[in-house]
Amino acid sequence: MGTNLFYFLVYPGFLFMAVIGGLLSWFDRKITARVQFRKGPPLLQPFYDFFKLLLVKETILPARGAKGLFLAAPVFSVFGATMAGVFILLPLLNITSGFHGDLIVIFYLLTIPSLTYVIGALSSGNPLAAVGASREMKLILSYEFTFLLVLVGVIIKSGQSIDLYQIIHTQQTGVPFIGSVSGVLLFIVAIFCLQAKLALVPFDMPEAETEISGGIFIEYSGTPYAMIKLSKYILLFILPAFIMAILMNGTKLEGINILWAVLKLVAVVLLLTLIRNTNPRVKIKQAIRFFFVWINLLAIIAIVLAIFGL
Amino acid sequence: MGFKSYCFKKSLWLFHFGGASCNNCDIEILDCLTPRYDLERFGMLLVGSIRHADVLLVNGSINKKDKPRLLEIYEQAPKPVLVVAIGACGCTGGIFAEGNTFAGPVDKIIPVDVYIPGCPPKPEAILAGIVKLLGKN
Repeated sequence: MGTNLFYFLVYPGFLFMAVIGGLLSWFDRKITARVQFRKGPPLLQPFYDFFKLLLVKETILPARGAKGLFLAAPVFSVFGATMAGVFILLPLLNITSGFHGDLIVIFYLLTIPSLTYVIGALSSGNPLAAVGASREMKLILSYEFTFLLVLVGVIIKSGQSIDLYQIIHTQQTGVPFIGSVSGVLLFIVAIFCLQAKLALVPFDMPEAETEISGGIFIEYSGTPYAMIKLSKYILLFILPAFIMAILMNGTKLEGINILWAVLKLVAVVLLLTLIRNTNPRVKIKQAIRFFFVWINLLAIIAIVLAIFGL
Repeated sequence: MGFKSYCFKKSLWLFHFGGASCNNCDIEILDCLTPRYDLERFGMLLVGSIRHADVLLVNGSINKKDKPRLLEIYEQAPKPVLVVAIGACGCTGGIFAEGNTFAGPVDKIIPVDVYIPGCPPKPEAILAGIVKLLGKN
């Protein structure tokens, strides 16, 4: 019990993920600034933002809305992100070997943050938040199936294994999955799914700031908004870590391999940031079409190649 | 200086309210966010919703139509919120001060923390005003 609580709250869990996620969020903003020839924010900026929202700002509740649900949604989003992160990081950091079928549990837990954003937005009673929530729902419908196809491809490549630890082990004894044609295709598909899951720019229509001024988060202020920021930081860490685990050989925590692990993580975040800085926001119709037709096609080609062992 | 006020000063998010402006001040405010001046190095961001804002930038003359909207925006902002009046019109009314529809400079409607005069103020002047705002709190 004690060790489980430690796992959940401190080392691979909440505290560790929040700190690393905050640093990655700074990295994202700094790279964005450098791409635009700006100087960018200081290193601890995400933490200043978080503590300002948590400690200083007033929390305003919507007058005509479900207040309880409005306040509960951010808590559940942090919970879902942390829970998924613990299940990803325990096998990835080689602490425990997870349990049988944890890939499926992770897949479901990773949906919780997006769903709670939708619930929170709809319970705020703001029309712009409702527009954002409807877009987020459509986005979930379009990328979840694609993400499932990525997992199917990974399961086939690892020889019908649904344990994350087993998948990492298969890669570390053989070659990483990204070293084959189907692996590269699966990686491309997974990057687009991550972009949509994190609501970064080509797919940020739920919170489009210039268009519906904040969208799903428009009514949030103070502590609940700090929780939402925290869940975003955690997701920015665990989703690239998940891609690292299922496609890029996982991590070995000894000697020079720690450096490779950090570099792999930073490379995936860098790729996401560069995509977000060089693309305009697409319409929700275009995003659905993009996922349902083109990215699904790519994923199915990758699965067929994986069945033939390429 | 406490931890709370330090975090607050390091992360001011801006919300821009334009009254009946001639657009010059709006353009100069946007200039502050461009690569040359880059307010983000002080942790400042332009946000889309007043619920996320810490600083309310008000420019342009406030006429009778704008006044209730400005009050509404100010009441919707989560406290503590700082108010900055930018430009001659925001500070005193400028050439509109004698006008028929003019409803008073910004500080007659909501409390103002910093005044940045100029028609329009240069981005350097806006930065100097922001520095004074940081020193004040």
